[in-house]
Amino acid sequence: MKTFIMLLHDAGFPEDISPEQIQAIIERYVAWRQKIQQNGRKVSGHKLTDGQGRVMRGASGQTRITDGPYAEAREVIGGLFILEANSYEDVVELSKDCPHLEFGSIEIREVDPT
Amino acid sequence: MADALALVDHLFRRQAGQMIATLTRMLGSRHLALAEDAVQDALLTAMQQWPFRGVPEHPEAWLFQVARNRALDRLRHGRMASDKEPAIKREIETVAAPAAAPPLKDEVPPLDDDQLGLLLLACHPSLTADARVALALKLVGGFSVGEIARAFLAQESTIAQRLVRAKRALRDDDIGFGMPEPGELPSRLDSVIDALYLMFNEGYAATSGDQLIRDDVAFEAIRLARMLAHHPATTCPRAWALLALMLLHAARFPARVDAGGTLFLLREQDRSKWNRALIAEGLHALDRSASGGAVTTHHLEAGIAACHAAASSWEATNWPQIVELYDELLALTGSPVVAVNRAVAISRVDGPLSGLAALDAIDNRAALQHYPLLPAIQAELWREAGDLGRAAACYRQAVGLARSAPEQRWLTSRLSLLV
Repeated sequence: MKTFIMLLHDAGFPEDISPEQIQAIIERYVAWRQKIQQNGRKVSGHKLTDGQGRVMRGASGQTRITDGPYAEAREVIGGLFILEANSYEDVVELSKDCPHLEFGSIEIREVDPT
Repeated sequence: MADALALVDHLFRRQAGQMIATLTRMLGSRHLALAEDAVQDALLTAMQQWPFRGVPEHPEAWLFQVARNRALDRLRHGRMASDKEPAIKREIETVAAPAAAPPLKDEVPPLDDDQLGLLLLACHPSLTADARVALALKLVGGFSVGEIARAFLAQESTIAQRLVRAKRALRDDDIGFGMPEPGELPSRLDSVIDALYLMFNEGYAATSGDQLIRDDVAFEAIRLARMLAHHPATTCPRAWALLALMLLHAARFPARVDAGGTLFLLREQDRSKWNRALIAEGLHALDRSASGGAVTTHHLEAGIAACHAAASSWEATNWPQIVELYDELLALTGSPVVAVNRAVAISRVDGPLSGLAALDAIDNRAALQHYPLLPAIQAELWREAGDLGRAAACYRQAVGLARSAPEQRWLTSRLSLLV
């Protein structure tokens, strides 16, 4: 098993979203996670704080700190999952029904085990 | 974190109403909008956190905690400070979270003072009936503007405007939260009862639109009517009559439309699909409604629904009693639609030609000009009387008046049986 990181980029949720819809969305995320865990894989999730992070750049002895890394606040990463899988293809297959795809994009990176 | 924890059906909708009610009681009705915003914030926060952290062990308490904190933040930042503010903050910080929201179709309603207070506020007599229904659904029911618009077949902007105006009116008139004075209570109750009746009919009428949301609206009306009838502060015979009426009609929901959206008349419905639990609760409510001397339209309508619910078939129905109830109802309301239904009952007792004669004799028939059920019923009665030509002509007229796709399909299928 390899370890993968899924970064969930938020593109914004619909306005005037109803309590019923909010509950349905949460239930879909919970179901998606349960499905992955049923196969004996470990998943952990981490919510990131809202808004932009900071990017530090060291250039010619001076450290520059900017908000970032994204130009658009709408593109921030809302949270991340760390999970076990066999390959990128495996993660992609597992994530095809991830509800997040309705609201943004998912970036998948493998942790180098060596 | 309990990942395996499933959320109770409609938990967020229920909890939204509960939390708005509790916050509005604590903050005062002038902060209604703030309470609404704080609650929406809390729900959105859950949506952003729970997918990663899992569902908390006590979701209701979690949501209320966040909503309360958001309300406090908004009070601090909103320059709404007044002499009362510190006291409000103290109270809001110490109050316990409201109890968990019960499931939707629970037969034992919560005797919740906060929700009842919010319902009385939302259904204040100074508002129009339409505004009361929309506001009750939004505030107490946890429905969104979009959902209400879908249930009412209205534009979202229309509903949004209606809600804004209603809330402004409540604020301008400085309508307080909580139980009205005893002298004022009867008129306040009438105002709630009218609104809930309208809410139920909005959901019950299978005219068209999104059936799922309409069923939800009808069951919300039932939930609120249960609360009204059971709560010691508001219980009264007419609240029980309203509840009985709703339950006995709702019991027939499962048999009314099939998966393809085809409508079934009462006489054709598969009665084994009727919800026996709702019928039992409805009959019980009808019993309780009989404790007062006064007979309201809801008493009579519930009585008619009870006759149908008690009958094993269309033929075995106690039609003479139904005719009597319709006589009384017509005397009370003078409604031409009631007169149409009465004519159907008469046709069961005295034959189709008597029914047709009763239809012809309706006062104010011009009001029924666009009512497709009138020619549809005439068609059925002509068919029974053996005059297929007249029956077909009436069906064609009815098809032209149909208000929804299921209605049109139904009428067309009737017509195809004849010609």
